[in-house]
Amino acid sequence: MSAGGLRLRGLRKSYGGMPVLRGVDLDVAPGEVVCVIGPSGSGKSTLLRCVNHLEVLDGGFVQVDDVLVGYEPREGKLHESTEREVARARLRMGMVFQQFNLFSHLTALRNVTLGPVKVLRRDPAEVEREARALLDRVGLAAHADKLPAQLSGGQQQRVAIARAMAMRPSVMLFDEPTSALDPELVGEVLAVMRGLAAQGMTMVVVTHEIGFARDVADTVVFMDDGVVVESGPAERVLTDPSSARTAAFLAHVRRHPEKETDHAQNQQS
Amino acid sequence: MLDTLDGLDTLEVVRRRRFAARWGVGAVLVAVLGWLVYTVAVSPNLEWTVIGKYFLATPVMEGVGVTLVLTFTTLGVGLVLGAVLALMRQSRNPVAVAAAAGYIWFFRGVPLVVQIVFWFNLALLFPTLGFAPTNEVITPFLAAMLGLGLHEAAYLAEIIRGGFLAVPRGQVDAALTIGMTRAAATRAIVLPQSIRVILPALGNQFILILKGTSLVSVIGGGDLMTRAQQIYGQNYQVIALLLVATGWYLILVTVAGVGQRFLERWAAR
Repeated sequence: MSAGGLRLRGLRKSYGGMPVLRGVDLDVAPGEVVCVIGPSGSGKSTLLRCVNHLEVLDGGFVQVDDVLVGYEPREGKLHESTEREVARARLRMGMVFQQFNLFSHLTALRNVTLGPVKVLRRDPAEVEREARALLDRVGLAAHADKLPAQLSGGQQQRVAIARAMAMRPSVMLFDEPTSALDPELVGEVLAVMRGLAAQGMTMVVVTHEIGFARDVADTVVFMDDGVVVESGPAERVLTDPSSARTAAFLAHVRRHPEKETDHAQNQQS
Repeated sequence: MLDTLDGLDTLEVVRRRRFAARWGVGAVLVAVLGWLVYTVAVSPNLEWTVIGKYFLATPVMEGVGVTLVLTFTTLGVGLVLGAVLALMRQSRNPVAVAAAAGYIWFFRGVPLVVQIVFWFNLALLFPTLGFAPTNEVITPFLAAMLGLGLHEAAYLAEIIRGGFLAVPRGQVDAALTIGMTRAAATRAIVLPQSIRVILPALGNQFILILKGTSLVSVIGGGDLMTRAQQIYGQNYQVIALLLVATGWYLILVTVAGVGQRFLERWAAR
């Protein structure tokens, strides 16, 4: 499997006996943009957190590029990875969170440079040049030396994207990146994501932005109740879903676009 | 009722009397305080010359020195041990969590003075420590330091833990997604941000330690209070020497308060 691909097989996860993921399979080709949609509580966010092992899986396998995440195959057995090995595998996946999660004591620039300098041990001067270029790409060159608290939500989220990109990941995971934003700030974040997609970044985006999914996604995956109900080309799934549950969800979102987003936000916080 | 706002600016405005209560309360307080100071000051039983004679006397100054050394070593021991306990309490290792919780439960529950007397009399339990007689190892100063330090660590552990909790969990998640280990995330993300939360409580604790050292006088720990007691044990000027000690404690606490303000300003940069 070449660089930038992601494969999930039979992912299972429960919290306190409540199954959240009940066997999720997903293939993402290099350069593909997959949007995951579905009602709140359908397991979309948990899926992303399991993909990069922020949550310990109950079962199933994750493969990024040609690397198995969470296990080291040796001598015909699967050895559970050490924390350090998981951390190294995680480098292949960038993650953008609903709540941005910027390091609030560091400037935008330091948020971006921290990983390359501390984790990859790269030359700080070179990293800083690259970080400034990345911030420029997300339209924040002028805000490099500001603290997160001095930035709007949309600006913070764009810094978060730059921070993830600075690690040169093979895959970018987006967990409802615009759900916590004021409506007028959603566009600027989506524009940055559109740019990444156009440059051939492999992306998995959990989102409620059906319009974005239609425009940018190659594939749309509809999840409900911890399983993938339907997946296929974006246009087909969004206009002519084969599952009644997908159709019902899409009809609901079209009728109450903001409500669905608000609901998701409340669930998170 | 006014029919119009026209012409109001020609009228004279009579201001409300705002500070009547302040003057009244102030006058009462000044009277009470003045009377207190006066009766003490003119009391024939209080020897002002004694206070003057002992305020800067060598034994008292030595006592101030011991009090300061005890305060800072207690703070040092408490901070190091408290940080370790807080980390244990936070860890995902249930044994470490239980051990830290047990320590905190025990050392917060046993009165400081009981501990100081216990360490001072350790020889009764273990006559020798290794090859040396216990009473040669456990000097009054060391007994005082052990009692104060172990006691303080329990309180500081909870303060430090509170500081850790004040840093949003999402930032640790974000640190993990850029390839950091939990330990690295704690060092680079959690610790620096928790210091700002910890400092105000720490200043308070410093003052409590400073005054708490006076308890070591029960074992003749050589601190300010011990010296005051030794002197009034000989000349019976109890009140005068208590006032000498009081003066010094107030001076030290005042200086500590100024220091705290500087530290907090530094941390808030």
